[in-house]
Amino acid sequence: MTDHPALLLDDVTKTYRVGDDEIVALAHIDLTVESDEIVALIGPSGSGKTTLCSIAGGILTPTSGEVTVAGTSISGYSDRQLTEFRRSTIGFVFQSVNLIPFLTARENLLVVDEFGRRTGQAARDRADQLLDELGLTDRRNNLPDQLSGGQRQRVAIGRALMNEPALVLFDEPTSALDSKLGIQVMELIRNEMKSRRTAAIVVTHDDRITHFADRTVHIGDGRLDI
Amino acid sequence: MKLAWRELRRRPGRFAAATAILFLLGSLLLLLSGLVEGLNANNDGLLRSQSADLIVFSSTAQESIPQSLIPGDAVATIAATDGVIAAGSLGLVQLGGRLPGAAPRDLIDVVIVGYDLPFAGLPESMPDGDAWVDSTLRDRGVRVGTIIRVGAARTPLRVAGFSDGIGFQTQPTMLVSSASLREAVAANKPDAVLPEGATQVVVVDTSTPAATAGGIDQATGSTTTVTRAAAADAIPDTGGGVLQQIIGLTVVIAAAVVALFFALLTGERVGLYGVLKAIGARNRSIFAAVITQAVVLSLIAGVIAGAVSIAFEAALLADSIPFTLTPARVGTSLALLLLASVLGASFSLRRILRIDPASAIGTST
Repeated sequence: MTDHPALLLDDVTKTYRVGDDEIVALAHIDLTVESDEIVALIGPSGSGKTTLCSIAGGILTPTSGEVTVAGTSISGYSDRQLTEFRRSTIGFVFQSVNLIPFLTARENLLVVDEFGRRTGQAARDRADQLLDELGLTDRRNNLPDQLSGGQRQRVAIGRALMNEPALVLFDEPTSALDSKLGIQVMELIRNEMKSRRTAAIVVTHDDRITHFADRTVHIGDGRLDI
Repeated sequence: MKLAWRELRRRPGRFAAATAILFLLGSLLLLLSGLVEGLNANNDGLLRSQSADLIVFSSTAQESIPQSLIPGDAVATIAATDGVIAAGSLGLVQLGGRLPGAAPRDLIDVVIVGYDLPFAGLPESMPDGDAWVDSTLRDRGVRVGTIIRVGAARTPLRVAGFSDGIGFQTQPTMLVSSASLREAVAANKPDAVLPEGATQVVVVDTSTPAATAGGIDQATGSTTTVTRAAAADAIPDTGGGVLQQIIGLTVVIAAAVVALFFALLTGERVGLYGVLKAIGARNRSIFAAVITQAVVLSLIAGVIAGAVSIAFEAALLADSIPFTLTPARVGTSLALLLLASVLGASFSLRRILRIDPASAIGTST
């Protein structure tokens, strides 16, 4: 945990040009996520929640406004700097899990280390520790198609935590799971984030999981309703 | 890089079709290369296998040995020219050869070559009446000690050994001493006997080919001196040039096949690459993985094609098809296949660069 907020969005706007039309995906967004806070971002499809998540994670750059993550402004970063930033500072858990299908559970965690400055044994130790904490030690050598939906989601969470991120972004983490498994995964997310004092934004359109978050933020038509 | 290896190891079936096609293209490359080498060896091997650096023709011969005649005084001038380390005569005559036990009209065309400076593993001094013959004659039952009678006079030449790749204009050669050549010509084509001291061409050892060639032509005033390779190139082509063009086309096809394969693969992997980029993979890491896979596929295909081609060469009778695989030809063919694969895979770079990491989380600019 640092003294800085995990995320600070200051008057962030994102527009797209489609032909002669300008589409406003986000309009003048101000949002602060504290360093150990879990924020649920709720909104219907097309409301701008995924765009907000992408900007927070350095995947998209805003049209205007400033994005600060863990005390560092990333607004002027080049593509290369953003790649490095994502690798070192952000954890992602994608909607469709998106594990690499030909890597084992353990290798899916270690792939994060392979793209950066390799830490070798330290990374292997961390992967083993995360798999142990996520209850996947006995499945570490299984390929994704040999795992259940919940196990795959846990591997994805482990991968997101490999780089000890300041902020983890969950994109609809329960949308592919039944309600019982969805609750279990949300409990796991909350436990993992709180035990590590790591901030998280959970993008969802499901109001039932908001009580796992410290705070709920609604978004509609690209505007926040805090 | 580990990512590329693991995918190759765990999903080999995905790459089987591309590897099979590369194997076929590699085999075609090696087959064509072997044919080019075999045709060349049969056609200009006599000149390419010379250890001498320069070949001196009479200036009116248009770099053709049969049409060349260098008089004795010019031969002496050549030997005395600055830069000449050693000079020797080289001459030839085409005759019919009769093998032991063959019917009176069952002749094989052979080129009798007289030489002074040894090459292609020939002995320093060839005893008169002995011949070192093209190894393709082995398949006609010729062995060391066989007596081949040449020409209408049935001049006997005893086979003393064999050499590879010493053919001349698609005919097997019999290499003899200059004295033996003169004797064979005198016995069978008396009107073609050269004046005393004259020869058809002179081969020259030198350490300064360009300067020495100029010096020889200036000193004699009646010669054209060219390098060994240029002399070989001057021999009319027997199809090698067409095969070289087919080799070029095959390389282009191999590159196109690999480009198509990796374009399809990249198209399938847009989501995967988006995820990798989102979690911090650089474009160059992803591109390196694609190139690694292309290199591995072409190496596997190339090694199998090489083994099959070597087995094919071993199974061939030497005079059935002019097919010769040399380490240089095999190496060049595999390098071309590798180059084609890398070039083909490189066409995916633009597409990889354009993959948006945002595609991983369900949004795209």
